[in-house]
Amino acid sequence: MRAFTSLLAGLVFGFGLIIGGMTNPAKVQNFLDVTGSWDPSLIFVMGGGIAVTMPAFAYLKRQRRPLFAEAFSWPVRTDLDPRLLTGSALFGLGWGLGGFCPGPALTALPSGAFGGVVFVLAMLAGICFAKVLVLQRLPKPENIQ
Amino acid sequence: MFKGKISFTAIMTGASELETEFTPFSALIGGGLIGLAAVLLMAGIGRIAGISGIIAKVLPPYSDRFAVPQSLMFIVGLLLSYPAYTWVAGGRPVQVMTDNLVILTVAGVLVGFGAVWGGGCTSGHGICGISRLSARSIVATATFITTGVIAVFVLRHLAGG
Repeated sequence: MRAFTSLLAGLVFGFGLIIGGMTNPAKVQNFLDVTGSWDPSLIFVMGGGIAVTMPAFAYLKRQRRPLFAEAFSWPVRTDLDPRLLTGSALFGLGWGLGGFCPGPALTALPSGAFGGVVFVLAMLAGICFAKVLVLQRLPKPENIQ
Repeated sequence: MFKGKISFTAIMTGASELETEFTPFSALIGGGLIGLAAVLLMAGIGRIAGISGIIAKVLPPYSDRFAVPQSLMFIVGLLLSYPAYTWVAGGRPVQVMTDNLVILTVAGVLVGFGAVWGGGCTSGHGICGISRLSARSIVATATFITTGVIAVFVLRHLAGG
């Protein structure tokens, strides 16, 4: 059931990204292009996501355990450390440059667009590199959402 | 302008321009589905639907072997969504991106590194984190939207024009 739930969640997530237009890098960049061809759609994608997730998470937080696992893995950290800021700042620069974040990049991979493949390979390399550094500093890289 | 220096590949007709239409309705529906997927993953297996975290789980060096199979299944689901959508909708979604491979490589490395270093991406921080009213996620989201705006401004209005 864990495998099936994960598969279904991935499928629904991908459909949401595609329907929301987020697999189109130009649309994401237009959201960020506030002085040019601004397209506020992305804020509605986030809003729609939060509108569903916020009340459901509030309900789930009061439950003892998930349906098919031993315990909930809620993120526990609340401190604002420098890594959060530098990491997010670098992430945003790449997001603006390419118009892709990890979900849409993976979802759009089967389109076969060569640029998308290049982006994903570079992204995987960046993830591995960061993981190596994070693991060196911390025995348990918890809280990577 | 921008298009003079960097040409664009348009998959599907009608997407020859950089401009995109404001689509609040489909954006809300899409966002709602993303939220539904996040709730499904938390209610079912107790995990946050943060894509960068899920990808990181299946890549070396491994730290959480228990999460590898379910993370792989999520990724398979994501990868299936595009062909499934194309089959259901009878056409491919619009996709317009730069064909400058240097920019895409730099962007990819920054996105991958930054997401893991910053503890999350647009899904983990932007949707799941904000839904938990996490101060970390709110700060992270404000930060990456700000630097994203700066990157697009430099790319489109300084470097390109």
